[in-house]
Amino acid sequence: MQASSVEIRKVNKFYGPFHALKDVDLSIPPGKVTCLIGPSGSGKSTLLRCINFLEAYDSGEIRIDGQLIGYDSPGRKMTGRRLREMRRGIGMVFQQFNLWPHMTAQQNVAEGLIRVRGLARSEAERRAAEALAKVGLADKMGNHPARLSGGQQQRVAIARAIAMEPRLMLFDEPTSALDPELVGEVLNVMKALAAEGMTMVVVTHEMGFAAHVADQVAFMEKGELVAVDSPQGIFQVPKDARIQNFLRTYHERNSF
Amino acid sequence: MDLIEQYGPMLLRGFGVTVLCWILGTIFGMALGLVIALVQRYAPRPVRWLIQVYIEVIRGTPFLVQLFVLYYGGPLVGLRLDALPAGLLGLTIYGSPYFAEIFRSGFRAVPHGQIEAARAIGMAEPAIIRRILLPLGLVSALPALVNFSIILTKETVILSIITVPELMYQVSRMSTETFRYVEANLVLALFFWLLVETISRLGRRFERRITQHLIERT
Ligand SMILES: Nc1ncnc2c1ncn2[C@@H]1O[C@H](COP(=O)(O)OP(=O)(O)OP(=O)(O)O)[C@@H](O)[C@H]1O
Ligand SMILES: [Mg+2]
Repeated sequence: MQASSVEIRKVNKFYGPFHALKDVDLSIPPGKVTCLIGPSGSGKSTLLRCINFLEAYDSGEIRIDGQLIGYDSPGRKMTGRRLREMRRGIGMVFQQFNLWPHMTAQQNVAEGLIRVRGLARSEAERRAAEALAKVGLADKMGNHPARLSGGQQQRVAIARAIAMEPRLMLFDEPTSALDPELVGEVLNVMKALAAEGMTMVVVTHEMGFAAHVADQVAFMEKGELVAVDSPQGIFQVPKDARIQNFLRTYHERNSF
Repeated sequence: MDLIEQYGPMLLRGFGVTVLCWILGTIFGMALGLVIALVQRYAPRPVRWLIQVYIEVIRGTPFLVQLFVLYYGGPLVGLRLDALPAGLLGLTIYGSPYFAEIFRSGFRAVPHGQIEAARAIGMAEPAIIRRILLPLGLVSALPALVNFSIILTKETVILSIITVPELMYQVSRMSTETFRYVEANLVLALFFWLLVETISRLGRRFERRITQHLIERT
């Protein structure tokens, strides 16, 4: 599998007067899993969404395999067509699944293959079936999202992304909307994807996943990227007081 | 009994014209409303502003006045239409801003995340409109669409003013010729009840059919 690398340099983002990302620097190596953690409102989603330019950053650079995304040159937005071409190589999975409710699981996955990749319907459906089998949903292809559990819906959403053969996958809290007993099935699919050598950026509150699957963990607070380190460095021997604080709150909330 | 023999065919023809006006007026009005709603969503600000003015003006004036302006004022600017086309054009224009608003709120009901999911895989905007926004927006707009098209059936009676030979026109003719006001208006009421009942039944059935996959099984 081809895997992308991402270079984030001095990225700033404002919502009106609110400074949501402050000079963020982060290198995402190819074929590795990078987890983004941090308190609510720290800018994790914003940063993730800047990587595929669903959110426009205001200054700095984000390069995917060396290619600047969103701008042709500083301050000049790229055309819709060029942006769409770059997005083809980037899959995204949302907290709320965002499946299209009027389509079956298979149609959800085939849609992009038909409209974006230009495949014939039969070929698109064949590949959709393959992708669904890969996430363990071969028997649910004909179900509409309303007839699937949350965990199944999220796996369809992952299949929809990987069917496009991306070189980079972005996950925004993919398990946060799930009942606890359904979290595992989604994390397992993600682990399998990581094992195949996909570059993954995962915003998560699942510290277990970050600790065991991530190659590097980035901690954000108040729009700043406070630290990037190995999971061990973040979880076992956190140097920064803000990280210690965050982990303490996390442990307190998760132990009754 | 003679009354039926004498006026029956005329009244039936009138009902036919009413139904025709309603169907075409609804189709054209919806089409124009849909275009307006899409332009409102995607066009640059000055265009949106102009359209907003159009919406306010049409919604702010009675249909009767619009029809007069169109039919009697039209020739002054070279727009000379027969009664029926003028009536259809009038209905189309009159309904369009209401349909536009219905579509607009239908589009707003489509969760933004579902649009973003399409953008994230690189779908182009026209495909997103056709494949995601329209089907889902239409589903949430459907009850209001049916409701307004029922309201529109009753606006068709106003077309009689500009001599479109629809049901109201024939009913007035019958009542002035025979002085049988009660019977004439009973016929009017009966036909309209029939039309409205049919539309709402069809609307409900259609709604059930297109939402069956969207509702979570309970
Ligand atoms: N569209 C927006 N307009 C204005 N402010 C926004 C917008 N989106 C996000 N913000 C603000 O930017 C900050 C960062 O938001 P973001 O969603 O990136 O946080 P997060 O780290 O993902 O939090 P969470 O863990 O709760 O998802 C928040 O303070 C939020 O209120
Ligand atoms: Mg978030």
